[in-house]
Amino acid sequence: MNAIPDLTQAKTVNASPVIALDGITRSFGLVQALRGVSFSLVPGRALALVGESGCGKTTCARIIARMDQPTSGDMLFRGANVTATGSAAQERAYRRAVQMVFQDPFASLNPVFSIAHHLVRPLKLHGHVKGRSGAADGVDALLESVGLDPILTAHKFPHELSGGQRQRVNIARALAVQPEVLIADEPTSMLDVSIRLGILELLSRIKRERNLALLYITHDIAMAAHVAEEIVVMFAGQMVEWGDTNAVITDPRHPYTKLLLSAVPDPYQPFVPGESARFLAHAEEIRRLSRPASDGVEKVGPNHFVRQPGDAG
Amino acid sequence: MSDALLQVRNLSVDYLLDKGVFNAVKDVSFDIGRGELFGLAGESGRGKSTIAYAITRLAKPPAWVAGGEILLDGQDLLRMPERALQSVRWRRIGMVFQSAMNSLNPLMRVEAQFYDVLHRHTGASREKSRARAEEMFRLVGIPVDRLSNYPYQFSGGMRQRIVIAICLALSPELIIMDEPTTALDVVVQREILEQVVDLQKSHGFSVLFITHDLHLMAQICHRIGVMLKGELVEVGEVRQVSRAPVHDYTRRLWSAIPSLPSIEHREESPA
Repeated sequence: MNAIPDLTQAKTVNASPVIALDGITRSFGLVQALRGVSFSLVPGRALALVGESGCGKTTCARIIARMDQPTSGDMLFRGANVTATGSAAQERAYRRAVQMVFQDPFASLNPVFSIAHHLVRPLKLHGHVKGRSGAADGVDALLESVGLDPILTAHKFPHELSGGQRQRVNIARALAVQPEVLIADEPTSMLDVSIRLGILELLSRIKRERNLALLYITHDIAMAAHVAEEIVVMFAGQMVEWGDTNAVITDPRHPYTKLLLSAVPDPYQPFVPGESARFLAHAEEIRRLSRPASDGVEKVGPNHFVRQPGDAG
Repeated sequence: MSDALLQVRNLSVDYLLDKGVFNAVKDVSFDIGRGELFGLAGESGRGKSTIAYAITRLAKPPAWVAGGEILLDGQDLLRMPERALQSVRWRRIGMVFQSAMNSLNPLMRVEAQFYDVLHRHTGASREKSRARAEEMFRLVGIPVDRLSNYPYQFSGGMRQRIVIAICLALSPELIIMDEPTTALDVVVQREILEQVVDLQKSHGFSVLFITHDLHLMAQICHRIGVMLKGELVEVGEVRQVSRAPVHDYTRRLWSAIPSLPSIEHREESPA
């Protein structure tokens, strides 16, 4: 059930990337939130950005979703450089292609509008449906595609739905635009553990069915392994280890990746009293070693890269 | 279980709604022993937090404790006068909630927040409170000179540790932790909870730990109770609940958690 996605199938696709980041940096005053981030999003594949809060994951998402501009570096969309803001028509085309699902399902739907309204608007704005009956059919199809019953759900208001159902509506809303790229920023972290798998499976399915490029952002590496073919581990604005999910999970090379993996709750390893100081010191030491900027990148597998720790002195 | 610190007996809590009565907690009974880490698992809306609020008598309308007893050292908290309750809350039962970011006052230095609690409950002077606060900061591994900082100057994990430190300053006998690390990332979560396990061992307090993450709970608790629709469907030692869950719902909760392949292997062949 928790198998790592099958890579053999995806590899044969070998499509060209929809979006490519090349050496993206972003500074907020003295804080360097991103220090040279490069990766690409490919149709039908999911890439997971993993790291602690404040490591730059969300800044990345905001730049790709065009809610923020990089300080330097290039962003390519279907091979064309889109780093600088283009014409209104170009921007509209970009935004139609790139949609986002936010973390908080309770804050991202308007409480005074029905679910149908949330879905009809993007359908009409982007000219995907015509007329009243067309809109109703579109809403029904969207709700069904995310596993919700249209008859029970369409007329309801956000407060009448559970968190998991609301997140499904958010996904449907993003799909209404018919995007090529879906950015999901911690889409399950506010949901119960038992509901998370359902949402992950839904994301995997729509990725497959609609040949979407999926950027999945999370602090939980177990979750990332579950959904993505590729993983990028970030720390303090740098990519510290990246590559095929299988390689990164089963053969982690960077100390921070190892720390992340060791912190995934394991019911068969109870905490031993007296160990906390050791773990705290260990985690702090790894953070200290991982923080400095470093240009040294080592290729350790066909698609598996590790950044050499910089000079922490 | 003769040496139980807290005994919950046939507790029922209802929510009085326009549409009628919703039974959030139905006839729930469990004990928490002295120095025991007891976990309550279950999804949201299953009544876990309602129990936490009932124990501290913070349940407010429309919640209504319909019946049962909550005995702390044999004294029924539900029938205690409000004034007597003041000497129980924080003094004997501490609370750590999910959103630590919101439970510290953003306008007060952390030192003043220690004083607030210590002065109110023990009448401690500024000097005494400062000394106690320094001791607590050392305990949770935050540099003492940061006591004069404001909450916004700390990370989320540190703020959660500060809340735990304030809680511990009064040496309570029971600490209720309601999803204490859900908003934090996994490394910080482990840092904090390893510390809780350590402090529990050295200070001997009891913990009621509430979370929906069974894997995490199994790493920390001695015994686990599983809630479903307001009822406690299974209670047992960690080993029993994790290796041989009796109730169907417990099994479902276990299998619902995405885990790493390495952990999964062990699930299939329990040692």
